[in-house]
Amino acid sequence: MSDATRIAENARRADIRNRWWLTAPALFILFVAAIGPLLVVLLYSFMLKGDFGDVKYGQFSLDGWFSVFFERDIFDDTVGIAEAHVSILWRSVKLSLITTLLTLFIGFPTAYYISIQEPRRRDLLVFMVTIPFWTNILIRTFAMQEVVRNEGVINTLLVWSGIVDRPIQIMYTDWAIFFGMVYVYLPLMVLPLYASMEKIDFRLVEAGYDLYAGRFQVLRRVIIPLVKPGIVAGSILVFIPSLGAYVTPRVLGGGKNLMLGNLIDLQFGQGKNWPLGSALSITLLVIVTVALLFYVRNASKSGGGHGH
Amino acid sequence: MASTANAIDARGVSKVFKGAGQDEVRALDNVSVTIRENEFFTLLGPSGCGKTTLLRLIAGFDFPTEGEILLHGENIALLPPYKRPVNTVFQNYALFPHMTVGQNIAFGLEMLGKPKDEIAARVSEMLKLVRMEELKDRRTSQISGGQQQRVALARALAPRPKVLLLDEPLSALDYKLRKDMQIELKRLQHDTGITFIFVTHDQEEALTMSDRIAVMSKGKILQVGSPHDIYVRPVDHFVANFIGETNFLKGKVISSKGGKATVELAPGGTLLADVPEAGLPKGEISLVVRPENATLVKPGKGDLSGTVETIVYFGTDTHVHLKLTDGTAFMVRQQNAAGSGVDVKTGDKAGIAIAAGTPRILMD
Repeated sequence: MSDATRIAENARRADIRNRWWLTAPALFILFVAAIGPLLVVLLYSFMLKGDFGDVKYGQFSLDGWFSVFFERDIFDDTVGIAEAHVSILWRSVKLSLITTLLTLFIGFPTAYYISIQEPRRRDLLVFMVTIPFWTNILIRTFAMQEVVRNEGVINTLLVWSGIVDRPIQIMYTDWAIFFGMVYVYLPLMVLPLYASMEKIDFRLVEAGYDLYAGRFQVLRRVIIPLVKPGIVAGSILVFIPSLGAYVTPRVLGGGKNLMLGNLIDLQFGQGKNWPLGSALSITLLVIVTVALLFYVRNASKSGGGHGH
Repeated sequence: MASTANAIDARGVSKVFKGAGQDEVRALDNVSVTIRENEFFTLLGPSGCGKTTLLRLIAGFDFPTEGEILLHGENIALLPPYKRPVNTVFQNYALFPHMTVGQNIAFGLEMLGKPKDEIAARVSEMLKLVRMEELKDRRTSQISGGQQQRVALARALAPRPKVLLLDEPLSALDYKLRKDMQIELKRLQHDTGITFIFVTHDQEEALTMSDRIAVMSKGKILQVGSPHDIYVRPVDHFVANFIGETNFLKGKVISSKGGKATVELAPGGTLLADVPEAGLPKGEISLVVRPENATLVKPGKGDLSGTVETIVYFGTDTHVHLKLTDGTAFMVRQQNAAGSGVDVKTGDKAGIAIAAGTPRILMD
């Protein structure tokens, strides 16, 4: 081996060594802050529950996972489906899907409107979309409570204008949850949609019109396919946090309209069943991961479509 | 459909764009032009002359501030683009990136609600017309610029528009491909019998392809005519300068009769020149002499005399740049065929003979 190649080889090794040192802090944080706690949750879900919360360390048990989907009758010990859990799970998925659709229907025209403005006005509008992020979600949810409660803005207006005699009960219904969730998650839909729309070559829209497509056809055949990556990204960004929503259903839905997030909270609090809470958390994680995989597959499929 | 009908009749069309604040841009200023059926008509001018604006008004992407646009006698000025039997080939093709070549071509037919089998037949017919059969199922991002160009043409021609608009479609292609596509476009126009309205800033492209040309500048049409007309009988400085190479000579008219005027030239001597149809302009006039209509002769002979400044060799011909006695620049183009032309060197005195009947008086 000549000197030159030896020096080059040494340099290459030093380079790899440096790279490890440089990435070490990031890897450390990733492990301690993300993977570590998840492993703890996973372990807890396989342990026996403690009498006053916590778990009995080292005592393996599938009770937690068993109770996610099944329950044992107190009297005759028969096993049945845990209807409460399944219905809350289904409810969460349903509410999240509806929230996603609502934000999509409201967010799409909003993002389109922003994308056709002059650049400076566009920046201002995008900035305004992000303003709600400056405030804590709890405060925003209480603000929404002011809007939907019986003496709130909507009911006061409805009664005052004579459309209804008595306030409509919105608070503590699914409607209140929709109001709250749509309000909280709308920016997460608008921003990715806007990012895709801004990239659209407006001549493609003109080409659509030129080839006898009316407004609706241009929307359906040209604009929507082109902003599909944004639609998928926005939907995932709204769907995932909706699924685990905790504050909004708690404040606006009252105690009885639970979602998965509240159910998990319950297990760690009053329920004192940490293994079940952990198993439910992992279940939520799996649903989210499946949704994300769907997204990644879709995004890579439509990725090659742009550019000339 | 009467064969004598005009494809497009623009009457007193103006387009004003509101800029920021008080600014107004008059992109088209009272333009009237008639485009005949089955004609290859070119709108020629530098960027910002209004040619693309006029095209967009015909396509329906913008609406005129004043005036009307007739398509086969029917006013279409305010119809949306999807209600006009007019299709456009865009400058950068604007092919739908989420569709295949075949789907792009089928798009217009689908929107017109044609039956499936008719669409399929028409798409393969179009692919054959532009010689792209084997690329039907490719994505538009997977084909070359020249192929994209052909797809754009096929897509616009598929619904059989009454008029095809082409917005500088060749400007993104390299020289060789551009030459091929020029011939291709002429063939397509001939085969389909559709009226083509072609926008370009390339005078050579305009001359070689068009049946008629409209030269535009600053929102106005300066001259409409056949390539030969425009080249041989330009109406003003702008047209003469924009198309081909030109010598301008200043002078005064001393007499005129029968469409010919005797002009006393500023650099000395007199010339017989064609008078424009609109009559003689007042005061000092300008003459245009194309470089190929001038030949070098022995000093003291010919219509003008000057000193040779530079000689530029071009292969087929040689450009001899001279300075006339009053300082005016003048260029003579000599063919390099064997035995033709006069041998001159830089600094030589030379006479310039101008072919009779070729000088022409400009309107400005």
